[in-house]
Amino acid sequence: MKSKPETSHPILEVTNLQTSYGSIRALNGISFRIMHGQVVSLIGANGAGKSTTLNTISGILKADTGQIVFFEEDITGLSAHHITRRHLIQVPEGRQIIANMSVLENLMIGAHIRLDKAKVQTDLEGIFERFPRLQERRKQKAGSLSGGEQQMLAVGRALMMRPRLLMLDEPSMGLAPLLVNEVFALIAEIKSQGIPILLVEQNARKALQIADYVYVLDRGQIVNEGSAQEIQQDTDILSAYLG
Amino acid sequence: MGFLIDGFNQLQTWLLILLSPLNITEPVLQFMLVSAILGLSIYLTLYTGMFSLANGGFMAIGAYVSVLLTQQAGWSLSLSILTGMIVAGIIAVPIGLPVLRLRDIYLAIATIGFGEVVRIMALNFDDLVESFIKWMVQKEILFDSLISRAETSDMLDITIRDNGNVRVNFELLGGARGIKGIPVMAETWMLVLFLIIVIYFIIRLHRSRLGRAMAAIRQDEQAASNMGIDVVYVKNVVFVLSAMIAAAAGGLSGHLTRIIDPSNYGFDLVVDILAYAVLGGTQTWAGPVIGAMVLRALPETLRGFSELRGLINGLILLGAIVYLPSGLVDIKGFRGLVAYFRNNRTQRKEMVKDNANT
Repeated sequence: MKSKPETSHPILEVTNLQTSYGSIRALNGISFRIMHGQVVSLIGANGAGKSTTLNTISGILKADTGQIVFFEEDITGLSAHHITRRHLIQVPEGRQIIANMSVLENLMIGAHIRLDKAKVQTDLEGIFERFPRLQERRKQKAGSLSGGEQQMLAVGRALMMRPRLLMLDEPSMGLAPLLVNEVFALIAEIKSQGIPILLVEQNARKALQIADYVYVLDRGQIVNEGSAQEIQQDTDILSAYLG
Repeated sequence: MGFLIDGFNQLQTWLLILLSPLNITEPVLQFMLVSAILGLSIYLTLYTGMFSLANGGFMAIGAYVSVLLTQQAGWSLSLSILTGMIVAGIIAVPIGLPVLRLRDIYLAIATIGFGEVVRIMALNFDDLVESFIKWMVQKEILFDSLISRAETSDMLDITIRDNGNVRVNFELLGGARGIKGIPVMAETWMLVLFLIIVIYFIIRLHRSRLGRAMAAIRQDEQAASNMGIDVVYVKNVVFVLSAMIAAAAGGLSGHLTRIIDPSNYGFDLVVDILAYAVLGGTQTWAGPVIGAMVLRALPETLRGFSELRGLINGLILLGAIVYLPSGLVDIKGFRGLVAYFRNNRTQRKEMVKDNANT
């Protein structure tokens, strides 16, 4: 993929998104945008609608109203595999590793959407270089990996898809503190490669350290936004939504 | 090719001599091979996480199409079977598109329904055509060409009585009596060859992009879809492949048994095919193949037990399913079984010791 010149257009623009589970409305008109090379974080308490937002963008859930524009293309209402094929990649909550398949096969599933076989091989070698643990265990069943290794595999698999936008849903969930640091170091590394990231995190303090721009969600609405520094200085927000 | 077939026949003779203590004769071996092919047909769908039981219906389509082509049109066996496979594959598309949206037991019921529709179509096809032609004759649509057709063809018979009553006799599929007197055209080496081709195809499939997508769908449809896999497309492709393999089994067996009739392809067959997969296991392709062969051979092997045969057959299957729940072809299962009995024995010994101490 060739690197596009910096433009003023946002790569992802979400306008007035509303999503319901049956009769219960989970998103009450959410609007936000992501610019080139940015890490944007959605923070908020449990049930604020962070994961719902990601799942609606990635096509797992269908929006009632609203518009999702990705690289100037309206992708609202497309099914999940069509959205993935536009290289808008989600690492879902709970990782969705295919437990019965080997580590290598899981990574190759990541290459399912790609037709450039030669580059897939070099990308695979790059992933193994970055995650030596995965190389050691490439023939092992993915289900036998530890939680941290599975998270690495999920991110590795997403990178195999050459994301134009990477959406991470609670990447630090259920991990030991040391591993949490490792995951955030990895996110910083992906950011330095110029891949934009939409990060959903319960661990707001960690998210604030890495994000360029932050949206605060509460009960399906965006109640505040700003650069990470602004949000960090606003003690009201921190105490109200982050505990 | 010729010397290969000779070599195979030599091998087969020796194999049958070796298998004769198990009461396995050549016809039994042929049925074992047909069943193995059917086992692979259901393996493909199960491997993709689809509980589809349409194989019986597609087998019937393959059998009827290929037998009609060799008997009525004089086509060669291989071309007829290939056409039967293609026809089944084409029919599988409009069936699969709506039905594969269902899951689990609902999919099973819908696909059983399809099998019944095929069976009942085969049962009533001649009557349907008869009443249609009768209607045409009465309305004098294409009257002349129908009468001339009836004069030259032995399939169709039209008599018009003086009082204006029309009697039409049409026989193609033979209704419940089926098609009789089919010459035996298939041979054991063809079955073996086709089985090997299918196995080779499945091994290649497992390592391919489609194969990985199939495995991912079986594990987690949502995750597969998130990986960019078009779940509906993959499921339909597999459904078509499975239908074509079942149709080939039908075509081959149709040219072995001399008679085909609709009752061959009913619910009983579907249950048998499912039993191949359950008994053998679906961890690898070898499961349904071994399961099918064992299940087909067992009643013959147990012939010596005369009236106790059914009972012993049932007990063996029950034992296999209770003690090897993931199938005969499962190394872990056998290890577990050995460990289970070993532990039991040591436990029992310890119990005896404990009892002695107290």
